[in-house]
Amino acid sequence: MDFLRPASWEEALAAKAEHPTAVPIAGGTDVMVEINFDHRRPGHLLDLTRIGDLYDWERGERSVRLGASVPYTRIMSELRADLPGLALAAHTVASPQIRNRGGVGGNLGTASPAGDAHPALLAAGAEVEVASAARGTRMIPIDAFYTGVKRNALEPDELIRAVHVRRADGPQQFSKVGTRNAMVIAVCAFGLALHPETRTVRTGIGSAAPTPVRAAAAEEFLAAALEEGGHWESGKTVPPSVARQFAQLCSGACNPIDDVRGTASYRRHAVGVMARRTLMWTWESYRGARRTTEGAA
Amino acid sequence: MRVTFTVNGRPQEADDVWEGESLLYVLRERLGLPGSKNACEQGECGSCTVRLDGVPVCSCLVAAGQAEGREIVTVEGLAEHARERARAAAPRTSDTTGASDPSGSGPGASGTAGTPLDAARAWRAHGADPHTGDGTELAPVQQAFIDAGAVQCGFCTPGLLVAADEMLERNPNPSDADIREALSGNLCRCTGYEKIMDAVRLAAARQGEAV
Ligand SMILES: Cc1cc2nc3c(=O)[nH]c(=O)nc-3n(C[C@H](O)[C@H](O)[C@H](O)COP(=O)(O)OP(=O)(O)OC[C@H]3O[C@@H](n4cnc5c(N)ncnc54)[C@H](O)[C@@H]3O)c2cc1C
Ligand code: FES
Ligand code: FES
Repeated sequence: MDFLRPASWEEALAAKAEHPTAVPIAGGTDVMVEINFDHRRPGHLLDLTRIGDLYDWERGERSVRLGASVPYTRIMSELRADLPGLALAAHTVASPQIRNRGGVGGNLGTASPAGDAHPALLAAGAEVEVASAARGTRMIPIDAFYTGVKRNALEPDELIRAVHVRRADGPQQFSKVGTRNAMVIAVCAFGLALHPETRTVRTGIGSAAPTPVRAAAAEEFLAAALEEGGHWESGKTVPPSVARQFAQLCSGACNPIDDVRGTASYRRHAVGVMARRTLMWTWESYRGARRTTEGAA
Repeated sequence: MRVTFTVNGRPQEADDVWEGESLLYVLRERLGLPGSKNACEQGECGSCTVRLDGVPVCSCLVAAGQAEGREIVTVEGLAEHARERARAAAPRTSDTTGASDPSGSGPGASGTAGTPLDAARAWRAHGADPHTGDGTELAPVQQAFIDAGAVQCGFCTPGLLVAADEMLERNPNPSDADIREALSGNLCRCTGYEKIMDAVRLAAARQGEAV
């Protein structure tokens, strides 16, 4: 095995081009488990921890460009206002020790259907910035990023540079079912973001299909119901029938399996419950925010 | 490959390191520092917790090569680390000339400070002897674990000590929720955690009295 230690992004891309089977290692919280248990014996490990750029984030007008290796701990403390859904999701990952090392680049690299960043990214709206030495930079919409169980849209010579996550224009929530608070892989998870600027809602479902998915039909239904009822202007409560239908459509977007963590029917049910709850929570904060802005005006 | 890094304030070198080896393995098997425990090798138990450039991490999930040039603190260096911190925080008493303290660079700074490898290898946890007052070499959090009876088999203890000490450094007045959160990555099969909570509360209270 060779241990490659590029000191810059350009060097990293050159190394990946030269050794397309090299396994990038950032926080190592997925890669090292595989190596420790002999599940993986790559010819080359490509260490990304010397590349400072990957640990920076920048706030743009509409989105945050989040370096691939910014650890979850910093997402929680530094980006709670801009990326509330992702910050909430980050807080549910593993333990402080893991959150100090692991980040969204590694979560995307692994592309596990249970990865906690995915529902939050799908709900907020995001693009993955990837690059190769041969072809330069390209942006992959988050909806096109997950291509199969633990498979993503990266080419062998590409690395993830950053994720551009839309800054929140409304309340966001993240909810996860597991056996306890810390150190659990999601039985299933749900992210919801209200986008009052465009009067849309976006969702993200984790661990309930071969890849993380959005519940497109549920999103359309809810946006139409909120529009028709004049809810965005009035801020009035979402009728229970609408919430129920939204929950059902979210359950319907699942394509889960039975496994040791839960059965398919439990997952479908739980996603519906989380959809209804996160809708209530986010809508309550939308109403609350409206009241305070109106009060101030 | 060779890995050169700082462990407990002293430069160290490990040779013939396999490229897929973990930092935990290097510490235990190559440097002879078995304080950090190996219980799961998959990040679940926290018994291998060390500070990497100040940050608590599972050393079983850090590739040895990633530690190149970095600063590690293990449980063997915790007492010295705590002493350095106390020294750096202590108000200067004879500072009438206005000259600044050249060694006031805080924990982790290299120089003459730190725990030599031989001393770290020979390190033993002596509790404070109520008769002799011996045992001042323990970090406050270590003493508190002994006094509160938070150690049974002791396998989880090194990781808990490193994690708890780091929390107390950041947050001198932790709530119970803060303590639980900070220690949520450390499993203990023996104690049921209550005595561990007592120990960290005790360490926090003593730290508060000392200032
Ligand atoms: C005990 C434990 C508990 C966990 N709990 C959770 C949890 O609750 N929720 C959750 O979502 N995850 C969990 N994980 C998994 C893991 O922590 C996350 O997936 C984390 O985000 C991985 O990030 P990393 O930087 O450590 O990735 P690494 O292990 O360094 O890399 C992961 C994958 O991504 C690739 N990669 C990394 N960076 C790049 C890049 N810039 N470009 C291209 N490819 C890249 C690597 O080659 C590898 O395939 C847990 C892991 C452990 C050990
Ligand atoms: S041995 Fe590293 S977390 Fe268990
Ligand atoms: S595991 Fe035995 S004392 Fe914690």
